[in-house]
Amino acid sequence: MQRMLLLGDEAIAQGAIDAGISGIYAYPGTPSTEITEFIQKSKEAKVRGIRSEWSANEKTAMESALGMSYTGKRTIVCMKHVGLNVAADPFINAAITGANGGLIILSADDPSMHSSQNEQDSRFFGDFAMIPVLEPSNQQEAYDMVRYGFDLSEEQKIPVLLRITTRLAHSRSGVLRRDTKEQNQIRLPENPAQFILLPVIARKQYKVLLEKQNGFEKQSERSGFNQYFEAENRSLGIITCGLAYNYLMENYSEHEIPYPVLKIGQYPVPTKMVDKIYTDCDELLILEDGYPLLEKSIRGFLNKGKKIRGRLDGSLPRDGELNPNIVAVSLGLDDTIGEPVPEFVVGRPPSLCNGCSHNDAFLALNEALNMYTRGRVFSDIGCYTLSALKPLESINTCVDMGASITMAMGAADAGLIPAVAAIGDSTFTHSGMTGLLDAINNNSPITVIILDNATTGMTGGQKSSAFGKIESICIGLGVEEEHIRILKPLSKQHDNNVEAIKEELEYNGVSVLILRRECIQTLNKRMRTKHKAKQLEI
Amino acid sequence: MKKDIILAGVGGQGILSIAATIGMAAIELGLQLKQAEVHGMSQRGGDVQSHLRLSSKKIASDLIPKGKADLVISVEPMEALRYLPMLSKEGWLITNTNAFVNIPDYPELQEVLDRINATPNHIAIDADYIAKDIGSAKSSNIVILGASAPFLDIDPRNLENAIKNIFGNKGESVVQANIEAFNEGLKFALNNKCA
Ligand SMILES: Cc1ncc(C[n+]2csc(CCOP(=O)(O)OP(=O)(O)O)c2C)c(N)n1
Ligand code: SF4
Repeated sequence: MQRMLLLGDEAIAQGAIDAGISGIYAYPGTPSTEITEFIQKSKEAKVRGIRSEWSANEKTAMESALGMSYTGKRTIVCMKHVGLNVAADPFINAAITGANGGLIILSADDPSMHSSQNEQDSRFFGDFAMIPVLEPSNQQEAYDMVRYGFDLSEEQKIPVLLRITTRLAHSRSGVLRRDTKEQNQIRLPENPAQFILLPVIARKQYKVLLEKQNGFEKQSERSGFNQYFEAENRSLGIITCGLAYNYLMENYSEHEIPYPVLKIGQYPVPTKMVDKIYTDCDELLILEDGYPLLEKSIRGFLNKGKKIRGRLDGSLPRDGELNPNIVAVSLGLDDTIGEPVPEFVVGRPPSLCNGCSHNDAFLALNEALNMYTRGRVFSDIGCYTLSALKPLESINTCVDMGASITMAMGAADAGLIPAVAAIGDSTFTHSGMTGLLDAINNNSPITVIILDNATTGMTGGQKSSAFGKIESICIGLGVEEEHIRILKPLSKQHDNNVEAIKEELEYNGVSVLILRRECIQTLNKRMRTKHKAKQLEI
Repeated sequence: MKKDIILAGVGGQGILSIAATIGMAAIELGLQLKQAEVHGMSQRGGDVQSHLRLSSKKIASDLIPKGKADLVISVEPMEALRYLPMLSKEGWLITNTNAFVNIPDYPELQEVLDRINATPNHIAIDADYIAKDIGSAKSSNIVILGASAPFLDIDPRNLENAIKNIFGNKGESVVQANIEAFNEGLKFALNNKCA
């Protein structure tokens, strides 16, 4: 067996290749991006013909994956936690159709919001959809759970949710590889109505899903990923999952924990095991990274009975990522700490790269808006969101991908005219296009600035679905051609750009300004590879 | 053997190459390893850190507990001080003395250096100067790696081999430059290792 040093994300990717997937579908999003990138770079994946192009957004990715599952082949769809909101409709309904070929949905949560606008916990989505959820606590489990998840998915004919968090996604450790499995052949669903959710059929399918619930729980009780560790001292019982289990072990020498521990890696919650630890111990402590899902389900509504400690009673902080020290304090152990950070050490927030095109774009926009009152720039998610910070302070909103155009439209409807939307190229094709159609049908007096740097910058420069298509999309949606203008965000073009933006701000309808200049990072990367290729030729 | 290391710097300064080199040497020696990296938002010129844990026994947590790090290795002086709460009392602070100023309110450099010099166990090294001096300005992170080598409990020859492996695909001249940078850093640390 081959031993590899892999990020949690890479372990999942290798696990998926080895489990015989025929395709991966994804839209980039920290901390899930490296899964797809690993497969895109993998020679084995190429030899095996695994498809791995980026999707336009998480919903299209989820639906494409469901289509592959329909044919009987195995597939994984990957996204960050907020991507699951975008894909929620097919996700919930895929539980009702069920799967045919193995289908894993990977959602990467970001407790402490290292790179996200919230820290929602995907396990709740799994519970809502009533499907099995797997949660690894280390890289090896991440690798193993992919194979296990595909088998479970095919055996139960159900999509399986695999939940990871940032720390595991971006932490490296040794992983033992297993044999590789051949890909499935096409084999359409035995029940030809399985995927037709007309109400008469959906009602039946929903009952099928409900009937499967008992089986899911039995599987949880039997699962090797749910482990019960007996111990002498029953004054406390600990239920834990994911990385919290590691933080717990870190606090005891030789990793010997004096209390009984239930480690959960597969949901639905194995109730018999929970019953046992509740009965055996005087008090329970629940350690989980993310929202208090286990704690809530174990407390029940009324919280009668034994003391249950966790995030809800203040034994652990209600928000943010756990770490060994937080866990130590909850166990009544010593908190360790070195010297304090000197007061003169200041924060170093992320900023736009030197020479970033967004900087020139916003300098021009700021100047063009000088004659209006402030608070009119509705923006979106990407590197350009950093323009909210000093020194630019250009934008007033950032909520979810695509919200810039539609929020500007709503504000213009309310009388805030002109209203500006500032959106990146990848975000535009992710979910800005439909909003633009609304604005056109509504003849909204908004100015849409598309910051076209020809890539998905924020997540590391993945190919943008918008590449080479923005003008034709805008024309197709009905923007008047004379109000589609292409500008180059460069300091020597500054005055021109300011004038052009000013003119469009005055136009009483939808105008689109495309500010086009390549991201410095991808440009440099391209130049380096070109340079290398040249050297090789010589 | 157990070494818990915090690597610190600013996005783009190459702390992940340091981590990868130590990691590769550790794996060659059959050690267990866990390394938590930072990707995403904070890579855009923000502060970045990585937790690197090596041990001959099983490692539990991906994160090092506060006050337990054996080493803080930093390619930027103010960033070194940000991780003082992580450093154990007996631990070593190894840092570059060149400030990376991309914020308007960067403190007085002298104040920063004074605080570094007040840490009981430290190596403060002008890695940028040394790297330039040997004609390889880009290798200043590897100078820092060299300066950390005496504290890693890994034979420097194993680290050199790892450098060869990691930079191998960039050509022989890059490998040689980095090996030289490594040895200059190592030499400096051995001459200035005062506790
Ligand atoms: C629903 C959702 N999916 C993915 C992300 C992660 N994400 C944040 S910004 C971004 C891409 C932005 O690309 P673009 O709009 O081209 O702007 P750039 O960063 O290149 O300036 C992505 C994928 C997210 N925040 N929300
Ligand atoms: S990665 Fe590209 S888009 Fe993002 S800040 Fe840097 S230059 Fe600008």
